[in-house]
Amino acid sequence: MIVYKGKGVYGAVAIGRVSVFKRQAAAVRRTVIEDTAAELARIETAKQKAVEQLTAIYEKALKEVGEANAEIFEIHIMMLDDEDYNDSIKSIIETQKVNAEYAVAVTSDNFADMFAAMDDAYMQARSADVKDISNRLIACLSGGGSGGGLSDDKAIICADDLAPSETVSLDKDKVLAFVTAYGSSNSHTAILARNMNIAAVIGAGSEFLEGIRDGDMMIVDGHTGEIFVDPDEETMARLEAKQAEDIRKKQLLQELKGKENVTLDGRSVKIYANIGGVGGIGAVLANDAGGIGLFRSEFLYLESEDYPTEEQQFAAYKKVLESMAGKKVIIRTLDIGADKQIGYFGLDKEENPALGFRAIRICLTRPGIFKTQLRALFRASAFGNLGIMFPMITSVPEVEKCLEMCAEVKRELTGEGIAFNENTEIGIMIETPAAAVISDKLAPMVDFFSVGTNDLTQYTLACDRQNAKLEAFVDTHHEAVLRLIEMSAKNAHENGAWIGICGELAADLTLTETFLRMGIDELSVSAPFVLPLREKVRSIDLSK
Amino acid sequence: MKEFTYTIKDALGIHARPAGNLVKLIKSFSGTAVTIEKEGKPAVSGSALMKLMGLGVKCGDTVKFKIDGGDEAAAAAALEEFMNANL
Repeated sequence: MIVYKGKGVYGAVAIGRVSVFKRQAAAVRRTVIEDTAAELARIETAKQKAVEQLTAIYEKALKEVGEANAEIFEIHIMMLDDEDYNDSIKSIIETQKVNAEYAVAVTSDNFADMFAAMDDAYMQARSADVKDISNRLIACLSGGGSGGGLSDDKAIICADDLAPSETVSLDKDKVLAFVTAYGSSNSHTAILARNMNIAAVIGAGSEFLEGIRDGDMMIVDGHTGEIFVDPDEETMARLEAKQAEDIRKKQLLQELKGKENVTLDGRSVKIYANIGGVGGIGAVLANDAGGIGLFRSEFLYLESEDYPTEEQQFAAYKKVLESMAGKKVIIRTLDIGADKQIGYFGLDKEENPALGFRAIRICLTRPGIFKTQLRALFRASAFGNLGIMFPMITSVPEVEKCLEMCAEVKRELTGEGIAFNENTEIGIMIETPAAAVISDKLAPMVDFFSVGTNDLTQYTLACDRQNAKLEAFVDTHHEAVLRLIEMSAKNAHENGAWIGICGELAADLTLTETFLRMGIDELSVSAPFVLPLREKVRSIDLSK
Repeated sequence: MKEFTYTIKDALGIHARPAGNLVKLIKSFSGTAVTIEKEGKPAVSGSALMKLMGLGVKCGDTVKFKIDGGDEAAAAAALEEFMNANL
């Protein structure tokens, strides 16, 4: 038995045979040809085929790994269409009278070298993109398919690293686990593994690749990052037990459905789910969440070519409220900014978007947009149990303005004879240190607080969420952040408001007891975390 | 011919994504040729994606746009708006 160790990116155990990921050996030969026109026609056909493949990959990626990770394939399509790239291929075929494959290979090397020679790491990495598209083009020329060949049985895929197009092209049903010799935890392979819920270990090292062969028996432990090749009986038994334990845990969680969120000593807490669109409702219900603690309304704006109308918004909000059948639904008003651009808003590029013109600041500056959303929300309030929440609040006057706008909308609807729920709960996000510090003044103005821990942490610790270099400085359990939450909870309760947490920390099971002791009334997490959180709550005894 | 200069504010500079969108925009102008020049480097055609990426335009760099032919004024305005919004 040989043991390798990398970084586990998804905690599951896989046991099976190795399939070493093979790339089509792009050994390109130079042949002299007579008919250059025929060669140029071959290139056109191959290009069309490559674009079709990339479009399919783009769409698959869009579904499986989201728009941000799929973008690279759009760029690939544009690169394939690049004039200079195509001119170079053409001119090599015409002047040297050579085959198209060779012309592509030479062009690929030239362009890849240009990027590799640049002094910027980001642009250097683009040389891999040039090679990726060129290899695809060559494969299309030789009539081959794309990517590496996989056997028909389920297998553990082992590779040096996987290009984004390779990862996305793999057939999910045939992959037991991924192991790569290189790559980072933010690589496409890692992201895909998390989305597919399968075991994955990355960065197992170069000696790992040299040590394995197709068909080897292997165990991948995504919890620890360990990889066992030809495992001995004892290891096999131990990991089989661990795998069974994972499966048992999943079943146990299913059994928790319908149970109450109550601690051993009888304290109950609401567990809600966060969603970003109407499509998320299925998962909310399947995981038995008590309501929706954060419904991000941005999708309505992102999916639209122009400002969504009151009717469009009303229809979406009404649908969510009706689907949740009387369970609480907290909808957050528009939260976009320079980091989440929407073209028709015409927002200027900002050097520091996190501290910029965003969320409630846009709504209060452009009351027309705000009012349309509030009218749609209040109209929908007649169809369920709605709460409205305002993001990025820092001051009392901001909340005053929001409440005035709500009052104005209610007066208008009354005048027009349109029904709405007079008792719709109004709340604010506590996601700036300012809001937490003056929470004693804000609490009497609203019905509830919801703590956005991601922004609260970034602003309190002065650490940009997007900056990977700061990872070492971001202590998500920092006492300053926890104190701000505790202070907000105390001030909420003294003023008759309730308080929830809807940021990532809400799903951090190591903090559940701390939050319950602070008196947090509601935790809102992404749907798959609802049942694990319920299990945790039911194991806590606050009387000890 | 119209000209304008723009200083990049985006931290990543003209990376793949905005370069792709910029080329798409420039190709949508009919009968208008656009060149983009970064100090100390020869100007490149605005419809050449890889050359544009090859300029390696970073945050703080100033680029000069030259717009020639067709509806120059409208093209220049659209380009300035694109740069302000995205870069």
